[in-house]
Amino acid sequence: MEMPDIDWQLAIDSFWPLLRGGLTGTIPLTLASFTLGLALALVLALMRIGGSRVLSGIARAYISAIRGTPLLVQLFVIFYGLPSMGLTIDPWPSAIIAFSMNVGGYAAEVIRAAILSVPKGQWEAGYTIGMSRNQALRRLILPQAARVSVPPLSNTFISLVKDTSLASTILVTEMFREAQQIAAFSQEFMLIYVEAAVIYWVFCLVLSTVQDRLERRLDRYVAH
Amino acid sequence: MSPTDPTRTDPAQNDPLLRVSGLNKSFGDNEVLRSIDLNVQAGQVLALVGPSGSGKTTVLRCLNGLERPDAGTVDFSAGPAVTFSEKTTRRQKESLRTRSAMVFQGYNLFPHKTVLQNVTEGPIQVQKRPKAEAIAEAERLLERVGLAEKRDDYPHQLSGGQQQRVGIVRALAQQPSLLLFDEPTSALDPELVGDVLTVIKELAEEGWTMVLVTHELAFAREVADTVVFMDGGVVVEQGPAQEVLRAPKQERTRAFVHRLLNPF
Repeated sequence: MEMPDIDWQLAIDSFWPLLRGGLTGTIPLTLASFTLGLALALVLALMRIGGSRVLSGIARAYISAIRGTPLLVQLFVIFYGLPSMGLTIDPWPSAIIAFSMNVGGYAAEVIRAAILSVPKGQWEAGYTIGMSRNQALRRLILPQAARVSVPPLSNTFISLVKDTSLASTILVTEMFREAQQIAAFSQEFMLIYVEAAVIYWVFCLVLSTVQDRLERRLDRYVAH
Repeated sequence: MSPTDPTRTDPAQNDPLLRVSGLNKSFGDNEVLRSIDLNVQAGQVLALVGPSGSGKTTVLRCLNGLERPDAGTVDFSAGPAVTFSEKTTRRQKESLRTRSAMVFQGYNLFPHKTVLQNVTEGPIQVQKRPKAEAIAEAERLLERVGLAEKRDDYPHQLSGGQQQRVGIVRALAQQPSLLLFDEPTSALDPELVGDVLTVIKELAEEGWTMVLVTHELAFAREVADTVVFMDGGVVVEQGPAQEVLRAPKQERTRAFVHRLLNPF
């Protein structure tokens, strides 16, 4: 193996396009998909723990399908598969739909477990002060479940940042697609891909710091 | 004031605040309550005593709508009676909750809310009382139990005895007609029991109507007007506290009282 000379000028010139791909592609894609995915996950989690067997069964089947199939396949079904059924969706919305559906499936189980981890006495204390089930859920149970679900949901979030690189396969211009184009043009594959990797890493380091802060903030009312 | 104080109105003269009749409850094959009848007069303290698993706590939970009896009637003088069957709706069961408030064995305070927020949550969010009024009332009640300066603390910063006093204040803030206590001192360290019992005794002297599940027989004898002894899901004996706890008629009551008063 030969040690290549590092083309520093290329590294510097390609930094801004890569970072721009991150800021205008990777990050918005992640934020939009995570937000929608969490909303879907909450609905699925409530279907799972609610009284209805039918709803619970539907949610369970959905979660199983999402967890049992590759994300890349889910992405391809939506972007390349649906047009054959007469439904063509642009790259960006396709990516957001696929990623949110995926996050929804994974985060649903996290949220469900977090809700079940809140002691039954908390529901009862809510009932005894006259709350309905919905009120108790919203004002007592979910805030406590949120604290429990921050670490596992942060993992989901950080995975999502990296998984958005798959959107390059359906023509979304995010950081990795930008990298592929620069690499193809310059033929400096090692340099460009490592540079992209470093930027992903820095993004995730920043997110871990945010996670720590959030956990500490939510910790203020938990016994140590 | 003692239960024999002549200035105290004789409960038997009044209509009962709460009338329970024929309460039945099973969990699967396990019959935990069989045909329970109880009357609680306004201003009276009724203590439910008996061995673990005798159904005392289940009675309390049925009164607060936390458990749905299979049969029986719960009749608060201030509202429509609820007669339980398979057809009883959730709304009917929950209508009982506005009449009573429960103090739990494990406190069940809301850990993510401050002491003050724990107390005002029901009045503000459920009863929609004006915020300023609810806060003033909560502060007054906290002051009463000696916890005024803890209003902005979170529950985990308090001792068990302090947490339970907040639990009592939270119940009082609902302005219920009946207070329910489910073994309020069982989870406490022995040296903290006294503070909580003092508060309960003061409330009794003030004329609050209460149903109290307890293992503290000495306390029951002092505070309760009526003692109901339960065993195996039935009421074995009930009557004035002095009679039931000092001179029980039934053999099962006698054995229980003897065992609790002479543990060694």
